[in-house]
Amino acid sequence: MPEITKLIHHYLRHDKKFPHVWCPGCGIGIFLGALIRAIDRIGYEKDEVVLVSGIGCSGRLPVYVDFNTLHTTHGRALTFATGIKLANPNLKVIVIMGDGDAVAIGGNHFIHAARRNIDLTAIIINNSIYGMTGGQSSPTTPYGMRSTTTVYSNIEQSFKISELAVTAGAVFVGRGTVYHAKLLDSLMEKAFLKRGFSVVEVISHCHTQYGRQNRLGSAVEMMKWQRDNAIPVEKSLKMRPEELEGKILIGVLVDRELPIYQEEYEKIRERAKASAERG
Amino acid sequence: MPLKSLQSSFLKGTFYLSGNEASAEGAIAAGCRFYAGYPITPSSELMERMAFRLREVGGVFIQMEDEIASICAVIGASWAGAKAMTATSGPGFSLMQEAIGYAAFTETPCVIVDVQRAGPCTGQATRVGSGDMMQVKWGSHGDYQIIAFSPWSSQEMYDFTIKAFNLSEKYRVPAFVMADEAVGHLRETVRIPEKIEIWNRKKQKGIPPFGTEEADGVPPMPSFGEGERLLVTGSTHDALGYRKTDDPEVHSKLVQRINLKILNHRKEIVETEEYFLEDAEVAILSYGFTARSSLYAVKGLRKEGRRVGMMRLKTIWPFPDEKVSELGKKVRKILVPEMNLGQVAGEVKKYVTCEVISFNQTNGEIIRPEKIKEELRKIL
Repeated sequence: MPEITKLIHHYLRHDKKFPHVWCPGCGIGIFLGALIRAIDRIGYEKDEVVLVSGIGCSGRLPVYVDFNTLHTTHGRALTFATGIKLANPNLKVIVIMGDGDAVAIGGNHFIHAARRNIDLTAIIINNSIYGMTGGQSSPTTPYGMRSTTTVYSNIEQSFKISELAVTAGAVFVGRGTVYHAKLLDSLMEKAFLKRGFSVVEVISHCHTQYGRQNRLGSAVEMMKWQRDNAIPVEKSLKMRPEELEGKILIGVLVDRELPIYQEEYEKIRERAKASAERG
Repeated sequence: MPLKSLQSSFLKGTFYLSGNEASAEGAIAAGCRFYAGYPITPSSELMERMAFRLREVGGVFIQMEDEIASICAVIGASWAGAKAMTATSGPGFSLMQEAIGYAAFTETPCVIVDVQRAGPCTGQATRVGSGDMMQVKWGSHGDYQIIAFSPWSSQEMYDFTIKAFNLSEKYRVPAFVMADEAVGHLRETVRIPEKIEIWNRKKQKGIPPFGTEEADGVPPMPSFGEGERLLVTGSTHDALGYRKTDDPEVHSKLVQRINLKILNHRKEIVETEEYFLEDAEVAILSYGFTARSSLYAVKGLRKEGRRVGMMRLKTIWPFPDEKVSELGKKVRKILVPEMNLGQVAGEVKKYVTCEVISFNQTNGEIIRPEKIKEELRKIL
């Protein structure tokens, strides 16, 4: 059996849950491959992993994999994950969100989870649009672009998700694209192994909605755009601001140490216990 | 930072506690080891007490960014194996409704204490009301059941919080303590017994966690990390948890079961209390803090030789339909005094043929016994 088939048989609920819901050419499948490979390389037991998701195309992902999976309400995945991780810190908790999920309806939870620095990994698959509901604009739809709710072009500015995560206090922030699959593998692995709140933004494409409405071509053409417009962080340091206009920085944006919620909590608990025993 | 349980996790003896504090102690005694919340008047003292008590007993307390986050963290903690709760008041309770539906549909045990204030909206934040009695039953979309208690004392804030945890675990359902500002802030004696009965969720390996052979059964509930590799979803799901969103039979069976598992066990769940009903011609049906005024009024009129009695609802949901129906056969008229515009009175009317008189006060004040007495005189 080839290596890839072994992974599929081991990690996917392949006999029960397929075919999947994603359109042919969707980037989420590439991301799912990277996720599984990273988990396999690290060697987590399937039962110690919890995948939590919200609603949307990305929200379906945990349903297909044989970990503990919690498919929650729209935008709230991080808050459910916070409860899971604090109640059982031995679990490896990974949160999968879309752009609308993470920074529109769930935006407040996103910045607060980053600020708190709970040991979780948050992954945002950013395809610049609401795919499942039919192509409405999202907080990451770029200015001037079309969607079914911005037919005369989008007049709002878009969020830069990774930069938002950096500002909000995440200890690890990486950005990749589904074109750069190997980088995605490594970003995912680094994020899982990082203690504290880690974020990976995955730039993906929705050719079915965003691509079609903006005449950006097929999935292949949209992935070529990712190839041509992504600049590694290291390379960007030697570039002028005008050269970086409209480009996406990929790689590790931040990797730093800040006090981790669980460790700080443990100290507080020891103090409270000692104080209670003294009476 | 695993959850740790210490020996002396609950107080024993007699204490002078506010309702909110008593509820927190009840939670600790019931085995609650996770609290997520957001400050809101008039419930905050409960949260503040949990903040230090949970840390003392090895549990987890976290202040979240809003009430939506709070209830969702509670549900997450419950699936990770903890007994978990939150407390709030009207505006926060409204925010929690979507996730309460999630908890009901995924059959997640959790406890929510709603210390009601005068609404709607921000209303009178520091004043009393009981305007959430229908919201607790119908607040989230779709058909589901919950269990809700209505305490009238600090003692019952303690007892009902334990009861809420026990029944929530037994039936895998969100359970509510529908307090009000007056009960939450009332300070009085609470007696904590030596031994407390605690129920825990049923666990059984290899059994489907979301379906039973019986149409009204409660499946066992494994936690994440116990080897079951669970799939939990708020979408329609089969007995194993797999999404079945276009299967009419699966949907209908699941919705039926999450309702029947509570409704068919009404007799084991509901509790009422009766006063002077043997020869009563007119009865008051009362709950929460208002029942204290009601009882005072009834006792006063009894001294005058009037044949009045009272039934007190300790459980509000599932509604004590049989008890109320019996009461309706026994008396000519039922007076229902409430700090809302007749929410429970409407429910009473469904089950009785005698006259039901709704007496309402929504001015942010408790209903005084004299007022109830006056109303009773009018209908005697």
